[in-house]
Amino acid sequence: MITSAIIPRPLARLPWRLIFLVAGIATFGLIVLYSAAGGSMRPWALKQAIVFTGFLSIAVAMSWMKESTIKAVTFPIYGATLIMLIGVEALGFVSKGAQRWLDIGPIRLQPSEFMKPAIVLTLARFYELVPAAEIRKWRAIWPAMALLGVPAALILVQPDLGTCIMVVLCGVTVMFLAGLPWWIFAAPAAAVAVAAPIVYSMMHGYQRKRIDVFLDPESDPLGAGYHIAQSKIAIGSGGIWGKGFLHGSQSHLQYLPEGHTDFVFATMAEEWGLVGGVILICAFGAVIRWGMRVSQNARTRFAQLAAAGLSATIFFYVSINLLMVMGLAPVVGVPLPLVSFGGSAVMTVMICLGLLMALERQQRTVSRLA
Amino acid sequence: MKHMRITTAHQSITFSRRMMLLAGAQATVGGLLIARMGWLAIAQNQKYQLLSESNRVQLIPVPPRRGWIIDRNGKPIAINRASFRVDIVPQQLEKDRDVVPELARLLALDVDAVERIRRELLESRGFRPVSVADNVPYEQYAAITVRLPDLPGVQATRGYSRYYPDGPAVAHLLGYVGTANAKEYEAENKNPLLIIPGFKIGKQGLEKSLEPYLRGEPGGQRVEVTARGKLVKELDPQPDRSGQTVQLTIDQGLQEYAARRMGDQSGALVAIDVTSGDMLAFVSMPAFDPNSFSEGIGRTEWTMLSKNDHIPLLNKVAQGLYPSGSTIKPAMALAFLKQGVDPKRRVVCNGGYQIGNRYFRCDAVHGPMDMHSAIERSCNTYFWATGLVTDPEQTTEMVHYLGYGEHFDLPIPTQRYGTMPSPDWLEKRYHRKWQGYDSANTSIGQGYVLVNPLQLAVMPARLGSGKLLQPRLLMGTPRKPIAALGVNPEHLEIVRNAMAAVVNEHGTAVASKLPLDGILMAGKTGTAQVFRLGERGHQGNWALRDHALFIAFAPADKPRYAIGCIIEHGGFGASAAAPIVRDSMTYLFDKQKAYSALAPLEEQWGGTLAERNARQLEAFKSGARPIA
Repeated sequence: MITSAIIPRPLARLPWRLIFLVAGIATFGLIVLYSAAGGSMRPWALKQAIVFTGFLSIAVAMSWMKESTIKAVTFPIYGATLIMLIGVEALGFVSKGAQRWLDIGPIRLQPSEFMKPAIVLTLARFYELVPAAEIRKWRAIWPAMALLGVPAALILVQPDLGTCIMVVLCGVTVMFLAGLPWWIFAAPAAAVAVAAPIVYSMMHGYQRKRIDVFLDPESDPLGAGYHIAQSKIAIGSGGIWGKGFLHGSQSHLQYLPEGHTDFVFATMAEEWGLVGGVILICAFGAVIRWGMRVSQNARTRFAQLAAAGLSATIFFYVSINLLMVMGLAPVVGVPLPLVSFGGSAVMTVMICLGLLMALERQQRTVSRLA
Repeated sequence: MKHMRITTAHQSITFSRRMMLLAGAQATVGGLLIARMGWLAIAQNQKYQLLSESNRVQLIPVPPRRGWIIDRNGKPIAINRASFRVDIVPQQLEKDRDVVPELARLLALDVDAVERIRRELLESRGFRPVSVADNVPYEQYAAITVRLPDLPGVQATRGYSRYYPDGPAVAHLLGYVGTANAKEYEAENKNPLLIIPGFKIGKQGLEKSLEPYLRGEPGGQRVEVTARGKLVKELDPQPDRSGQTVQLTIDQGLQEYAARRMGDQSGALVAIDVTSGDMLAFVSMPAFDPNSFSEGIGRTEWTMLSKNDHIPLLNKVAQGLYPSGSTIKPAMALAFLKQGVDPKRRVVCNGGYQIGNRYFRCDAVHGPMDMHSAIERSCNTYFWATGLVTDPEQTTEMVHYLGYGEHFDLPIPTQRYGTMPSPDWLEKRYHRKWQGYDSANTSIGQGYVLVNPLQLAVMPARLGSGKLLQPRLLMGTPRKPIAALGVNPEHLEIVRNAMAAVVNEHGTAVASKLPLDGILMAGKTGTAQVFRLGERGHQGNWALRDHALFIAFAPADKPRYAIGCIIEHGGFGASAAAPIVRDSMTYLFDKQKAYSALAPLEEQWGGTLAERNARQLEAFKSGARPIA
């Protein structure tokens, strides 16, 4: 082929379809951020473009990692992340306030972000090690629960409800796919129904208010319900075709709070309408489907579970955010990956994609050799 | 895969099955999201577009200027003055920043004002600004303006404020304006105009009843604003329309004169032009200063007003009810004449009259009395005796026909009309038959008879003009043809002559002749008992003294003006009410003479009305200060 003659082989073997898809989503995100800033690259779009390009390069670089290498670093990375989480807690205790970051020189590390892929890899690795016959035994269950429960608890007390929910959902997805008995999932679901009121009573004031308002947004249209109400107005007023690029009044007149971060979808929907929304949702769907394919084609149990778990991470990111901005879920502070302004979500999603690409390359290598 | 162990194969099947389940769940969520978005953007699009639009565009109402109120000659009695004002917007206040002491210092507010502001801040609903001060002098306004960045929640604006040049003299006629309260705001469907700082609506009197004419149409400034209230751009503006000017039939000069002439007494006076029914004066004294009400009244002043036993807060013209006393006698006489009583018929007054087992005492032993002298000297015995030989139903009907107890259609918010009893009314109200003593009581304006000061003026106006006049307050209302009274003009002449004799011959009010050449006043005194009959007359205790009444018209031969007056607890009508009516009547013919009569009186009282009011407030404040 001519292309293979022109393009160097290592480049030609990258999953270009996925990269174009992701770059397309990110570019659309940049356009939205450009509009959210009132038609300006600053302060968000330019910075986000640099962050995205950087992490995309890292993801592409990660795609050359071998599965064995990933397996080898899984537990150490999990351990390191856990220590960082404890460190954050200790720091927060010292400074007597909520703390989510570790300031290491110029970099600000948010260890809870690393925990999302880390928990997926760790559980995948754990269930690979568990013999098939043992899967329904207690021995296969409690270590996984501990591996998941400890970081989840640490993140919850930060407090960061959104990330905690995501970490738990990612972990549970891997456990579910590993073939744990049904009752493991049914029983906690029942327990949650029972425990919800208790957890509710232990929540922080602002968290509790968000749930109150989610259940009845009209109860406080100017206070805590303001976010959801304004987001719904932005999406609803956009109509099918939207108000047009740079013409969204909700975002430009600052009625929509967090219009460039958590509620960026509403900013987009106001200007691009239902059409823009459906295209974006389908694009994310395609990315997730690509990841699920990687899982289905995987040869090893680790690759199967890890790929599915990593795709699920992206799925939970997108769906929790969208459910939130459309008023179907309480406001928990989960950004829309690749579109929202901010580095952490991009980083997490790019790590997931990098790992997925690495696993995918492994499949092709194996199949070619076979 | 074939050579894998059975358990692993089993696991693999579970995995694929659960993967399908997971993918299905993900697809479902995706479908749900798209459906939800479609519902918001298509089905509910209109609703949200409306909400988005009302977010974006805000209407800033521009308050209209309130219409003027002018008197019959075009003299303004309620106007607007350009003013500076300072408000606090409670929503914009910062939590631990108390701006009130600083404002008090800058604006030199007294304890009263600070207390009012604190109270209103507590009661405020957040949406409506609390007025700090109206009519701020320019220097203080400037001082606040330069400090605004340092005073969160404080607003300094230019506007207009209502001003009544005549102050208390027009208080009960015009009422006053004030900021709309929560109830009024709700009643007008949360009209945004009402909560603009400094916008006032009529609260009482004509200001209230003429509100639709005086208010005008607010203009609107449609602007695009950000969520933080920053103005982005102005859209098409709509100019405001000032309220209409309303012309009253009142003569501002007479109104002010009569108010001043009453001095410190508690009473009411109404003057009517008998050619048209135009009300020339509508005075209820003492009164509050509507200017200080319009600015938001201080507690001290309010306490002073509400504690005053002369009830300055009561509109006595519209709501004060008094026994008519002997002012009823001319009307009674007319009723007697209509029923065929010979005016020459004599009744001998021995100082009293026996009806049933009760003896009614007359004021004096008048001797033989005919109709003329009975009115002139106000002999009760004549009316008691004659009342017994006539039909009470017809008699009381005539009095009612001439105005006592009648309802008048006037733009005054609250009116009380009193009672003119009749046998029919008594049967309905108290379920008993009309007795001789009812006739006796009624014929001297006691018992159930209660009239308001307006009726006291309508009575002489109708007697004087011989027409069924209706009192009028607004120049703009169409003049209706006035019907003649359904009485014999000869009878009317007899009554008028007797009333002229009251003032000009040997009557009860000869001390109140008009000091004018060729113009005679006709009138009738009345003294309404407040306490028991046995203790009539001058009392040491002001509140137990009789009410003094006087009704009059002039000139006696060719009536032009009629006046009704009541002075609460003034003693005899001749001594308290008649001189006030005389001077007010004089004013209508010769202003110079009237003012020269007033000057020595005011000197004796210690200054003009305005001066005395200010002094009284000062005295009360200094007295109240230690307690507060």
